[in-house]
Amino acid sequence: MRLSVKSATLLTLLAFVVVAPLFFPSSFYYRVGALIFVNGLAVTGMVILTGWAGQISLGHAGFAGIGAYACALAPEHLGLHPALAVLLGAVISAVLAWLVGRPILRLKGYYLGVASLGFGILVSMVLNNERDLTRGPDGIDVADLGLRGLLKDAGLDLSNGQFWYFFCGFSLMLGAWFALNIFNSPTGRALRALHGSEIAARTVGIDVPRLKLQAFVISAVYASVAGSLLALQNKFITPDVAGFMHSVEMVTMAVLGGVSSVIGAIFGAAVLTLLPQVLTVFAEYEQLVLGLIMVLVMIFLREGVVPSFLRKFRGNEA
Amino acid sequence: MTLLSIEGLGISFGGIAAVKNVSFRVSPGEIVSVIGPNGAGKTTLFNMISGVYQPGSGKVVLNGEDVTAMSPHLLARRGMSRTFQNLQIFQTMSVLENTLAGYHLQESGPVLADLLNLPSSRRRARAAEEGARALLKRVGLERAAEREAGSLSYGSLKRLEIARAMALKPKVLLLDEPAAGCNAVETEEIDHLIAEIAASGVAILLVEHDMKMVMRISNHIVVLDHGEKIAEGDPATVSRDPAVIAAYLGAEHAAG
Amino acid sequence: MSELLQFLLSGVTVGAVYALVALGFTIIYNASDVVNFAQGEFVMLGGMITFFLHAAGAPLPLAAVIAILATAAIGVAMNKLTIEPARGAPVVSLVIITIGVSILIRGAAQLIFDKQIHTYPAFSGDDPIHILGATILPQSLWVILGAVAVFIGLWLFFTRTLLGRAVLATSNNRLAAQLVGINTTFVMTLSFALSAGIGALAGVLVTPITMVSYDVGLALALKGFAAAMLGGMGNPKGALVGGLVLGLLEGLTAGYLSSQYKDAAAFIVILAVLFFMPQGLFGRKSTDRV
Repeated sequence: MRLSVKSATLLTLLAFVVVAPLFFPSSFYYRVGALIFVNGLAVTGMVILTGWAGQISLGHAGFAGIGAYACALAPEHLGLHPALAVLLGAVISAVLAWLVGRPILRLKGYYLGVASLGFGILVSMVLNNERDLTRGPDGIDVADLGLRGLLKDAGLDLSNGQFWYFFCGFSLMLGAWFALNIFNSPTGRALRALHGSEIAARTVGIDVPRLKLQAFVISAVYASVAGSLLALQNKFITPDVAGFMHSVEMVTMAVLGGVSSVIGAIFGAAVLTLLPQVLTVFAEYEQLVLGLIMVLVMIFLREGVVPSFLRKFRGNEA
Repeated sequence: MTLLSIEGLGISFGGIAAVKNVSFRVSPGEIVSVIGPNGAGKTTLFNMISGVYQPGSGKVVLNGEDVTAMSPHLLARRGMSRTFQNLQIFQTMSVLENTLAGYHLQESGPVLADLLNLPSSRRRARAAEEGARALLKRVGLERAAEREAGSLSYGSLKRLEIARAMALKPKVLLLDEPAAGCNAVETEEIDHLIAEIAASGVAILLVEHDMKMVMRISNHIVVLDHGEKIAEGDPATVSRDPAVIAAYLGAEHAAG
Repeated sequence: MSELLQFLLSGVTVGAVYALVALGFTIIYNASDVVNFAQGEFVMLGGMITFFLHAAGAPLPLAAVIAILATAAIGVAMNKLTIEPARGAPVVSLVIITIGVSILIRGAAQLIFDKQIHTYPAFSGDDPIHILGATILPQSLWVILGAVAVFIGLWLFFTRTLLGRAVLATSNNRLAAQLVGINTTFVMTLSFALSAGIGALAGVLVTPITMVSYDVGLALALKGFAAAMLGGMGNPKGALVGGLVLGLLEGLTAGYLSSQYKDAAAFIVILAVLFFMPQGLFGRKSTDRV
């Protein structure tokens, strides 16, 4: 019997999370791994929005910014526990996505692109300029999640790097599980249907605007939680998290790896997260190489790296 | 008893009337065909009835309710379903999934239930899948269920669209050239399928170029030319109508 | 009154640059349905190449001409190497390709040139001209007049020359254009050359005011993209109006509200326009055919 996509994806992720540390040459790699998982989580949201529902967003970093700054600000100003701050950020992102998505999701293609871009830029501008609250472009400290301490008291003593590696790894698995649940559910089918033919989707009774909005809100929550995790593990965050380049990064990771497949998008996140680490010696070449990879993959492996290779691997079985 | 009533429907594009003041009625179990030369406005008429275009004038009444210019997804809730002349298949989805999409209104539930893969979500999906497989069997595609829809032959896609439209359990079904591009055998299969669907009490509105098929299965024929209704009646009456012969059959003879 | 005029004048100067960038977007979009996010890099290249040639001893006019020609050549290369091979790819892929090219050009510029901020002397000195109590730099006039000249030149090109009409025909219907014998591949090449050249010209003209460094392209591309969308993608008149409106909005917001939020005003207005007119101010309305 063949493994379902869901089981295969989750098992691959589990294997990676558990086995990879055995090969880490230094504890620094726990940090890189955790970053990969956080990016993977954000990118999983892009799979739902772009890969399945077929909608473009060039402003999703805005939601990551909201999630990140919720963790920076809520504990200090509202006295919330950081874990609740993650939740608060997700709720704010969802509400905002719902409000913004209603008008802009009527737009198509490039028009949706520029509208979402506008949203993202507005968020990053607020984070940069409201210095009294956010401390501006220099960034702001973020409180400790406190979970590592609890684990230690319970007898599980992990280093900071190890803790965030496993915590983000399992968060990613949870996020991937949710996404894969959607894929084969009535909602997922309807999303993919509206991507295939909006007019046919409407004639089978799919409320297209409502469904697009749902995908937008869900993907915004993914980005928001990813932003929160980034802020919490770094204990520090700058407005760059909401910047246009971060939005582009999210879309690029997803599309390079394969935007219609969760594991593909996560692979894309891994590659683009590793790239700067690999190129640290040639820091000046980083942009050149990144641009080159983006162009070459999109020309020669249009569906993204993972689906293109899977197709070759399976041959022409129909 | 009238199920669908078209009352004086008209639309113009850029000042040119594409359809003018067209009226007719369709009853449950009845097959009504709309015929006419190319460019007569048949598909435009379909697009107005199914809510894709907003009519410039006139009304569409379904089951006693004015549904003029209503969004297609609301029409679907009220029992209207359609296929497309140039196929609107969900290419990257499997044949089964395409059919399941037709079950959207019956199987969809709270997103959160789907996200968490709750038993209620799985139950909905399972019920729909049983129905979809039965439908695929009915149109002869059960063996292709797991294939990617984009890889199917043209004739199979036509039948897949009918299966998807039937999945909605419609009261009225609009078929836009279901036999176009099909060979004789395929046409006959579709022919039987349509008759079967009508026999189960569904009102069918058909646009078709294959005159033999239209004459064979229609109860009632509406003839359009240059956007206007020039004749209507049963197949025998219409085929003897001088205006029809001049406008449609005549044009065909001249061309052939 | 003079204060308002001052804000308007600076708004028009900035707007002229946005209009030129938006025009670049429009030309390429019309020929190929691609929104070229590398458009801002052409502006950067215009400024950077001019500066380095000038610094190497070339007279400014010569440096400017070479910069524009070189950038046009880079535009053509971009089309041949990245856009033509990706014909028919979905919008998302094309967005990533052009953003990829823009990152690549930025990365290359950083290596070939440097990371410093540069400028060169204004063409007609730095003595401000006084108009009704407001002032304007002579270089701003160069920018505005340059934009006007480009728009008039293009208008003549599109309406009076055979080649220009071929480009227009291609943007209306590529297949039909091919059928009547127009070489659409050449039209695309020409469009990239034109659009890159216009971008470079904008860079040449504006550098003495705003200065240039390897990373100025992105912000310009976003504003130009927004301006093109505001006017309605694919419409040169829309690019002109969109660019000017955006520039004026920024000028007025910076003057009366907050210079930090001048970019915000622009994007809020764009969101509002798209909300009420999903095709932009002058865009064509499209109908699904089924």
